[in-house]
Amino acid sequence: MNSPIAAARPRAIDRVNQSLKRRYAAERRFRFLGASAVVIGLLFVTILFVDIIGKGYTAFWQTSIQLSIYFDPEVIDPSGERDPQELRRADYQKLARDALRAEFPEVQRRQELRELYGLLSTGVAQQLAERVQANPERIGTTEAVWLLADDDVDMLIKGKIDRDLPESDRRVKDRPLAWIEALEAKGAIEKHFNTPFFSNGTSREPELAGIAGALMGSFYTLLLTLLFSFPIAVATAVYLEEFAPKNRWTDLIEVNINNLAAVPSIVFGLLGLAVFINFFGVPRSTPLVGALVLTLMTLPTIIIASRAALKSVPPSIREAALGVGASPLQTQFHHVLPLAMPGMLTGTIIGMAQALGETAPLLMIGMIAFIVDIPGGATDAATVLPVQIFLWADSPERGFVERTSAAIMVLLAFLIAMNLTAVMLRRKFERRW
Amino acid sequence: MSTTAEAVGQAKAAITSADLAKAREVSATVGEFRSPTPRMVCRNVNVWYADKQAIKDVNLDIGKNEVVSMIGPSGCGKSTFLRCLNRMNDTIAGCRVSGTLELDGVDIYDKRLDVVPLRAQVGMVFQKPNPFPKSIYENVAYGPRIHGLTNDKAELDALVEESLRKAGLWEEVKDRLDQPGTGLSGGQQQRLCIARTIAVSPEVILMDEPCSALDPIATAKIEELIDELRANYSIAIVTHSMQQAARVSQRTAYFHLGDLIEVGQTDQIFTNPRHRLTEDYITGRFG
Repeated sequence: MNSPIAAARPRAIDRVNQSLKRRYAAERRFRFLGASAVVIGLLFVTILFVDIIGKGYTAFWQTSIQLSIYFDPEVIDPSGERDPQELRRADYQKLARDALRAEFPEVQRRQELRELYGLLSTGVAQQLAERVQANPERIGTTEAVWLLADDDVDMLIKGKIDRDLPESDRRVKDRPLAWIEALEAKGAIEKHFNTPFFSNGTSREPELAGIAGALMGSFYTLLLTLLFSFPIAVATAVYLEEFAPKNRWTDLIEVNINNLAAVPSIVFGLLGLAVFINFFGVPRSTPLVGALVLTLMTLPTIIIASRAALKSVPPSIREAALGVGASPLQTQFHHVLPLAMPGMLTGTIIGMAQALGETAPLLMIGMIAFIVDIPGGATDAATVLPVQIFLWADSPERGFVERTSAAIMVLLAFLIAMNLTAVMLRRKFERRW
Repeated sequence: MSTTAEAVGQAKAAITSADLAKAREVSATVGEFRSPTPRMVCRNVNVWYADKQAIKDVNLDIGKNEVVSMIGPSGCGKSTFLRCLNRMNDTIAGCRVSGTLELDGVDIYDKRLDVVPLRAQVGMVFQKPNPFPKSIYENVAYGPRIHGLTNDKAELDALVEESLRKAGLWEEVKDRLDQPGTGLSGGQQQRLCIARTIAVSPEVILMDEPCSALDPIATAKIEELIDELRANYSIAIVTHSMQQAARVSQRTAYFHLGDLIEVGQTDQIFTNPRHRLTEDYITGRFG
C-alpha cells in the first residue's frame, strides 16, 4: 500500500474529479451560447416575417366601389354595328363617371367633379371594356358593377389613412371622405381578393400594379439560368474532379473558381454589359442577357457544390466499376454521377435561389426599366421580382408600401418552395450503402 | 533487420550454397516462382509511389487453374503487386510501374494496350464488399451489359443466374433479385461481388483480402467458392490469414518490405519454409 503507484492512484481520481467540474461548466457555457445564437436567429427571422406579413397582407385585398353602370349604346357603340374596333376605342371612363354623377347628383362644380371622379381608379375603363368585350349583349343594359377604387380610397378603407386627422394633414380631403362614407353606409364599398395583383404588370398607379410581369421575368430568367449553368457546372466539376491531371494549371483554375464565387455581383453585371450586350449584341433588359449574367454568377456555386458531391462518392464504387471493365466515362455516368446527384441538385438549387434574389447585376443590364407588359418570351424586355421590389420600395405612393411587402412575401414563398424542393430531391435520390 | 542475403545465409541447411548462387542470378527470391503452365508472367516488377519504392524486382507466375496466395506483413507490397495485374494502380496518382507483366504472352503495360478489355479479362474482388447501390440483378448484369456479352434479355437473365449460381448466392437471392445489393449481409455482398466479377468471364481473378471483413461462416463459404472457381479460372489472392492461404491455395508467395522472399508449393511453405523470414512470419514470430 505504500508503493508510489498505490499512493498516486487516489490523487489521480481526485484530480479528474476536480477537472470534471470545469469541463462540465465549459460544456454548459457552450451549449448556452449555441442555444442563444439559435434563439436570436429565430427571433430576427420572426421579426422579419411578422413585419413583412403585417405590412403586406392587406395588399392581397383591394377596395372596390359598386356602381350601377348603364352601358350606354351612345357612348360605346354609336354606329350600332358591334364593330370590335369601335368597341375597343370607346370612352368607358365616361360610363363610370356618369354612374358616379348619378350617385351624387348634388355635385356640379368642375373642381368637385374632378374630386368625385378621383374616387375611381383609372383602370376602371379597362375593367368595363373587358366586360363589354366578354359579352356585347350588355350594351344598353344597366348592371351593378364592382369597380376598382383609387389607391387613396383603398388606403383609407384599410385604415392606413387616419380619418381623424385635420383635413390639412389628410390625403383624402373632407368632401371625398363624405362621399366615401356615404357609399360605405350604402354597402357599396367592399374589399375583394386582389386578382389584378397577380395578373397585371407593374403600373404607376398602385391599385393597378401587379407582379405578373416580374414573376414571368423571373421565371424566364431562372429557367435559362438553370439551362445554361447546370450542364456547364456539372461538366466542369466532373472534368476537374475526375479527369483533369492534378497540376499547377488545374490548381490555378480551382483557385480562380473559388475566387469567382466571391466576386461582387455588380462586377458580373458590368461584365455582362460589356461582353454580352456591347460585344455580342444580346438585346438588353431581356431575360436572356439576365440569365447569361446570372449563369456566370451561379457557376462557381454549383461547381464547388458538385465537386464536393463527387468527392463524397466512395472510391470503392469507382474501383468496382473500373474493376469490371467500365471505361472512365461509363464509371462516371453509370455510378458516380447518380450518387453525386443529390448534392449537385442541392448546390444547383441554392445557386438558383441566390440568382432569384439577385438585383445588382441586373440593374447594370437594363432590367430596372419600367416595363408594363408581361414578357412573353426570353427576348422580351422584362424585369424580375427583386428589381420590382426595389422599384416599388422607391415609389412615393402610400399604396406601394403594402405592395412592396406583398412582393417580398411572394419572393420568399418562391425561395422557400425552391429550398423545400432541394430537400425533397435530396431525400428522393439519396442512396445509402 | 537483416538483409535478404544475410537472412538466407542463416536459413536452414535445406538450401545449398549452389542453390543460393543460382537463385541470386535470377532474383533474390527463394523457391520456384515459375509455373509450368503460366497464365500471367511477371518479371522484375518494380512499383514506386512517388519516390517510395513499394515493390522491388518481383518475379512471379500465375498458372492455369491454380490459386496463388500472397501473404506477408502489412505494407509489404502484396496488394500493390496484385493491383498491377489489372492496372488498377493506374488510378493512383504518382504510381509508376516498371518491368514486364504479361497475360497470355501479351504485355499488359504496353502503351497501346487498352485497359478496359484487360480489366474484363482480369477481374478483381476488393477487400471491402463494394456492390453498386443498385439491385442484385443490376449488379451482376452491369458488366455483361457494358461489354455487350449477351444478345437479349433472356441470355442476360441466364448469365446472371449462372454467375450467381457459381458464386453460391443464387438460392439465397433468387426471389429478390430486384432488391438493392447493398441490403445483403457482408458475406452475401462479397459473393455478389464475386458473381459480378465472373459474369464478364474473366480469365484471371484477383482477390484483395476478400474475407477480411467477414465472419468465419461467410469466410468458409467464400473459400469453398474459390476452390470451385479454380476449375475455370486462375486466381491470385492476397490474405492476412495464413490458415486461409494454406486452405485455398496451391502456391504461396511470401512478401516482405517490398521483396518477394519466397515462393513455393503451399504445403512446403507452411511445413518447411526455406527462408528465415518466411519461417519467422508463419510461426508468428513477427508480422
